[in-house]
Amino acid sequence: MLYRLRAWWGGWPLGQLAFLLALALVGGLFVSNVLGTMARIGILPGFGFLGSSANFEIGESAIAFRAGDTYFKAILAGLLNTLKVSLLGCVLATVLGVVIGVAGLSRNLLLSGLIRWFIEITRNTPLLLQLFFWMAIAKALPAPRQAPALFDTVFLTNRGVYIPSIALEGGPFGLLAALALAGALGAALVLTLRLSGRLTRRNGTAAVVLSAAAILSLLALSGARPVVQAPALAGFNIRGGLNLSPEFAALLTGLVVKFSALIAEIVRAGIQSVGAGQWEAARALGLHDGQIIRLVVLPQALRVITPLTTSSYLDLTKDSSLAVAIGFPDLVSIINTTANTTGQSMEALIILIGSFLAINLALSALMNAYNNRVALRGSTR
Amino acid sequence: MTKAFPRLLTTLRTGLFGTRTNTLITLATLLLLTQILPPLFRWAVLDATFTGSAEACNRVGACWAFVTAKLRFILFAFYPSDLLWRPALTILLLSAILTASALPGFWGRPLLAAWPFTILACWLLMQGAFTTTPIASNQWGGLPVTLFVWTVCFAAATPIAVLLALARRSTLGGLRTFSVLYIELMRGTPMVGILYVAMLILPMALPDALSLDKMLRAIIMITLFWAAYIAEVIRAGLQAIPSGQNEAATALGLGYWRTQRLVILPQALRIVIPGMVNLAIGFLLATSLLAVIGIFDLLNAARASANDPQWLGFYNEAYLVVAVVYFGICFGASRYSRWLERRFSGGAAAAARKE
Repeated sequence: MLYRLRAWWGGWPLGQLAFLLALALVGGLFVSNVLGTMARIGILPGFGFLGSSANFEIGESAIAFRAGDTYFKAILAGLLNTLKVSLLGCVLATVLGVVIGVAGLSRNLLLSGLIRWFIEITRNTPLLLQLFFWMAIAKALPAPRQAPALFDTVFLTNRGVYIPSIALEGGPFGLLAALALAGALGAALVLTLRLSGRLTRRNGTAAVVLSAAAILSLLALSGARPVVQAPALAGFNIRGGLNLSPEFAALLTGLVVKFSALIAEIVRAGIQSVGAGQWEAARALGLHDGQIIRLVVLPQALRVITPLTTSSYLDLTKDSSLAVAIGFPDLVSIINTTANTTGQSMEALIILIGSFLAINLALSALMNAYNNRVALRGSTR
Repeated sequence: MTKAFPRLLTTLRTGLFGTRTNTLITLATLLLLTQILPPLFRWAVLDATFTGSAEACNRVGACWAFVTAKLRFILFAFYPSDLLWRPALTILLLSAILTASALPGFWGRPLLAAWPFTILACWLLMQGAFTTTPIASNQWGGLPVTLFVWTVCFAAATPIAVLLALARRSTLGGLRTFSVLYIELMRGTPMVGILYVAMLILPMALPDALSLDKMLRAIIMITLFWAAYIAEVIRAGLQAIPSGQNEAATALGLGYWRTQRLVILPQALRIVIPGMVNLAIGFLLATSLLAVIGIFDLLNAARASANDPQWLGFYNEAYLVVAVVYFGICFGASRYSRWLERRFSGGAAAAARKE
């Protein structure tokens, strides 16, 4: 045991120890300075402030928040906003990025040239500039009364973007939980089959059909039915549907556009990394284009694409913090307000950095697990 | 020359109308372009106002008169207007050393030695040190601030990054652990968080005798932040060096530092130069975050220029101007990085042919 520790610690033992001690000393000095300053202005260090009431409003939040609720709840609301925009951003940027990346490989000169320019412009200008631009556009949209409706259901107004939403009408409120349970059961079934290596097309379909049937019968029994609520003009405002605030819409658009360009480049590189011989061999076997992409090219391209996209997702999550510059109440902006109103800036920043580290670790763990699935068997990385 | 034109015509014909789907794609793209380009052209040229005051601008088209009136502010922000030669000279100095660093012919010790002196000269020049009109850093702004923070932080972060990368690959457990923790902590934190540390924590953490202005605090924290990113790129270069190089150097009797300095690092750093250029492009774009802590970098100056009561609301024009500046630098740098990559791989191929 001791021997292994010595081997791990390596040579130059006293020098290393002295270096680490010096670092700890400097760090300790910094902390004691901070504590001294806090004592002088009369602020009690520690996380006790989380329980006291926060006297500011939050523009939009996934959980109900009023001025006077605790700081803990305010920070939680900010964290949920960050998670919401990052998650949506990752999904939409992936979809758009794959489409753009594949379209960029087109042999059509006009299309590939257009996409080339789109990618160069989005890649070579700052994200913050693009966010300011989208924010200016969101503010310059017409008022609800004059706003044009796309397909009669989507309204782009200066009070935000209105899109249709799906709601359950009638039936008991506990139905949602039942639905979620049925869905989770189906997912768990598929996952167990998958992990035990017994997932075939037949029993996979059976699992999906079973859970779908469970959901439908639950719906029928409770008398609830899903209703699409389309936004519509009512007086000076638009009612119904889901309202995305201008800040949220601008942030999401900016993140999706910027990162779709980055992901498009990754997808292009991944597909191009599959040699022409693979295409020719697959054609010689008589596969058609769709089959070639699905069975031959994509499995190999994903090995290049997955690790690179992972770091794109991490960057997107971190860059969602630019929300603070356009007034969307994400984690960073709430932390900033908290630090300014309580004076507990050290604790607030510890929470901020801790949260982002946790999100990053979770996301990389998830993507690494996926990467292990698509990676070359027997290769070590 | 005479054959080039018909060949181009053939390429265009097959590229645009080669097959039926190709023709369809061309037509659909053209339809999309007719939706986008004419309104843009109307805004930028037909309806635009090129001269005059804000009243002359019609709000339908672009107001290029705004750009002529506010260009000085966008480029230099609040720097006193009678002393503009100082930031202008700073831009020139920084451009000169960046250009020299980009040309492989200049790579060597003299260039390395010129770097700290150039940075110091720029700092003193902007400050107006030793003159009767010193300018505090909260009055600096615009392009010189963006360029200065970018180059200084990148230049200062690189030596730290080399040490971090070496520590991460060393056999010394304590240093290795420290390096891994440091790099992962920095890479897991958004840059905005780092800037808040510079704004809120650093003034409290430093002893009272050592009070630094906001610009310097931001530069210190950004340097520490970027060092982690650069260290990861350099580590990739170190990993690409075959272990035989290390063993051969040890067999020659070289110690650790001499092995690294004379054998490993010259090869590893050469490999990672294109990667470093790509990183530098990302960093230039990231300097725009300085706006969040109220420093008037190029982007923030552009935003402030459209907040002027006389010229209120010409944000699109202001953003377009700085977008062109950012795009020009970054697009040029990314082309340069590709050229360098080709040159290096070409050199390797030529060396292989010689053997």
